[in-house]
Amino acid sequence: MRPADGEAQASTVVAPDAPARRPRAREAFQLLYRWGTLLTIGLLVIFFGLVTRSFLAPSNLVNILRSISIVTVIAIGVSISLAVGGFDLSVGSVASLADAVVISVLIWWGRGAATAVLATLAACLLVGAVNAFLIVRLRIPDMLATLASLFVFQGVAMTYTHGGSITANMMMEDGSTALGRLAPAFNALGQVPTIIVIMVVAVALVQAFFTFTKYGRYMYMVGGNPEAARLAGVPTGRYRTAAYLGSAVFAGLGGVLLASRIGSSQVNAGSAYLMDAVAAAYIGYSLGGSGKPNAFGTFIGAILIGVLQNGLVMVSVPYYAMDIVKGAVLALALTLTYVKKHA
Amino acid sequence: MPSTPPTALEMRAISIAFPGVQALDRVDFHTTTGLAHALVGANGAGKSTLMKVLAGAHAHYTGTISLDGRPVSIRSPRDAKALGIEVVYQEVDTALVPYLSVAENVMLDQLVNGMGGRVLVDWRGVRRRARAALDDLGVALDLEAPVSGLALAQKQMVLIARALSRSCRFLVLDEPTAPLSGTETAELFRALRGLLARDIGVIFISHRLPEVKQICDEITVLRDGRHVARGRAADLSPADIVEHMLGRRLAEASPASPPPVAGEGFEVKGLTDHEKVFDVDLRVGAGEIVGLAGLVGAGKTELCKALFGATRASCREARLFGRPYRLADPHRAVRQGLALVPEERRREGVLVDESVATNLTAASLGSFCSGPFLRGGRERRAAAEMISRLAIRTPHARQMVAHLSGGNQQKVAVGKWLLADALLYVFDEPTKGIDVGAKRDMFELIQQLAAAGKAVLYASCDFGEILGIAHRLYVLYGGRVARELEAARTTEEEILFYATGGR
Repeated sequence: MRPADGEAQASTVVAPDAPARRPRAREAFQLLYRWGTLLTIGLLVIFFGLVTRSFLAPSNLVNILRSISIVTVIAIGVSISLAVGGFDLSVGSVASLADAVVISVLIWWGRGAATAVLATLAACLLVGAVNAFLIVRLRIPDMLATLASLFVFQGVAMTYTHGGSITANMMMEDGSTALGRLAPAFNALGQVPTIIVIMVVAVALVQAFFTFTKYGRYMYMVGGNPEAARLAGVPTGRYRTAAYLGSAVFAGLGGVLLASRIGSSQVNAGSAYLMDAVAAAYIGYSLGGSGKPNAFGTFIGAILIGVLQNGLVMVSVPYYAMDIVKGAVLALALTLTYVKKHA
Repeated sequence: MPSTPPTALEMRAISIAFPGVQALDRVDFHTTTGLAHALVGANGAGKSTLMKVLAGAHAHYTGTISLDGRPVSIRSPRDAKALGIEVVYQEVDTALVPYLSVAENVMLDQLVNGMGGRVLVDWRGVRRRARAALDDLGVALDLEAPVSGLALAQKQMVLIARALSRSCRFLVLDEPTAPLSGTETAELFRALRGLLARDIGVIFISHRLPEVKQICDEITVLRDGRHVARGRAADLSPADIVEHMLGRRLAEASPASPPPVAGEGFEVKGLTDHEKVFDVDLRVGAGEIVGLAGLVGAGKTELCKALFGATRASCREARLFGRPYRLADPHRAVRQGLALVPEERRREGVLVDESVATNLTAASLGSFCSGPFLRGGRERRAAAEMISRLAIRTPHARQMVAHLSGGNQQKVAVGKWLLADALLYVFDEPTKGIDVGAKRDMFELIQQLAAAGKAVLYASCDFGEILGIAHRLYVLYGGRVARELEAARTTEEEILFYATGGR
């Protein structure tokens, strides 16, 4: 019983001539929407390059790429969950858990790097299966289910490490000294150039998966309209499950890289990456006008965040004010995405 | 207060137009309190529109409304309520707040608008008045129970009680029995009789004629936005009413369908979803177009979805082109050779945010792949071919489906299944909201499918359409097959007779 007719008439009057009235403005907006992120990065690079002496130094640019690699890998996990219309909030905790598992296998059990990494990724698959079970089987809304599992996985990681860190030569419970050590191959993972190569390969693989495989296409269909996808014969539950498995594996890989960089397992080391990863994935929506979560856009989103962070430090913005800028940039990116959706 | 004389409601020469449609054309309607008055008509006859005018939902009508000869102006829902006119719409959930209690929902209007400047709620008074309204209906409901846990029939009662909690003189019920079971309908009628005895006027929109005859004193029939007949329910036979609903016998201008090849096609026995579809037996031969006729709420959509495995359903036996058909989920239905063009096009039939090409290949993506990898060229060629074959009006295959017209969106929804090359095609109201040209294209396409030996099931509430395209048809009423008819040997009147519960 709402007087909808007035609205309907109003919209029929406005709709036909709106695009005709301002085609220029519309085109400019389209352009801004598609390439705004890249443009922003370009402007920031020019700005920081002009006002600081060392921003454009090759070593600093490599430094930026290195600093965003962990965020990017975790953010790819988030974007996979976003692609099926879900949302994985637990990636930070999964990264913490992966950090704990990989270091413990190396130091407590004294195994090699390959065993440690594979065991960790297997553990992450299990974790992803838990998320998928909560969401697909028990039908808990994505964000709430992963909010719950965020706490559980964080708690599991801490309980596993007895609430402390794991370091080489640490004292074990029985009073002996841990014998394992970090294998050189493991240490190399977190060093330039390996860590950057891993990031780029991960981005390329996932982007190719979304663009060139039918599975990627099905995931977008499920994310775009689950009911229509289901009625077209897409087994939606299967693809949502796969997405949460993928999300957990990339979060786990991020945790492994993190462990390699810091060379130890620290309490909740991964949780700091959650918000940056979510921001990067959302900023990535608009890239190239895709309007969908995608790996390449996520990478660009992470670069934007990395450039900001690095540049702001160089122009001596205090670290405690950094989040203001980061949040504002995210708000801007989301404005573009959602204004476009309603246009 | 049974002693006061009845109030007469009169609507005279009511007209209303919406862009492109004259929804009501000088319609007269009158009734009085203490009477149950049925408003009947085929889908699109203007019943609901007339009642929305009465409820103040459409401010731009012309004509006069008067109560006891005194003209009144009803331009907003508030005006209608002030005059004691209350409407209970079919979608009860839209009017209820699920996590509030029964008492709060009954008294919702007073809680929202009737508080004046007061801040604190007089909960005891709220409960007392809610209880009184429910008692008037003779319904025992727990006042503290949240509405979310109630059955649909009980939710309806909550809404009727809400209407009674205000000083209601005329209660309009829009298709109240469509979702109810037999006993729930009997319960509703018992409550309504109580209201009639208390001198409340009931206006009852329905196309279930046996029920109309059961509860109503008077009947007004609308057709195509015009008033066509009015009479005492006792004087009108179902056949009379059907004739009024359709007008004089329509000359059948149906394009002659080619005779069916009628090979072994699809057959299902004892299909049941335990909610809207009960014990349905269907047979569709290869090369045959079988109609599924029924009015809104008869269970057509539910039947189509049940066949497709989209809802929880079971059957005794099903065969598809000689093989046993396993009812499981849409994914397996598609693999076995079923195709469903659903009724809700934008919500279920197409992916509006995806391109035409993506939509067209959605159900058969595997055949445009080498292993897991998409072959862009093959996909583009197939899409381009389908676009020209169906004459889909789109600038290019990369166009987002959201920007196409309704008819072209429907062609995309159908084209998807042509590429999938199914065996049984199920169409649920495929011509809803598409223009005449697109409609003709759709019919041609369906005939081509049948000619190619496919089995086609065509569900619609437009019986003329079904007679025009189908070889044979089943009439649904209350989720069951009421009658099987040969299209060549029946009329719209006969279909409507069975679709409204005649036997």
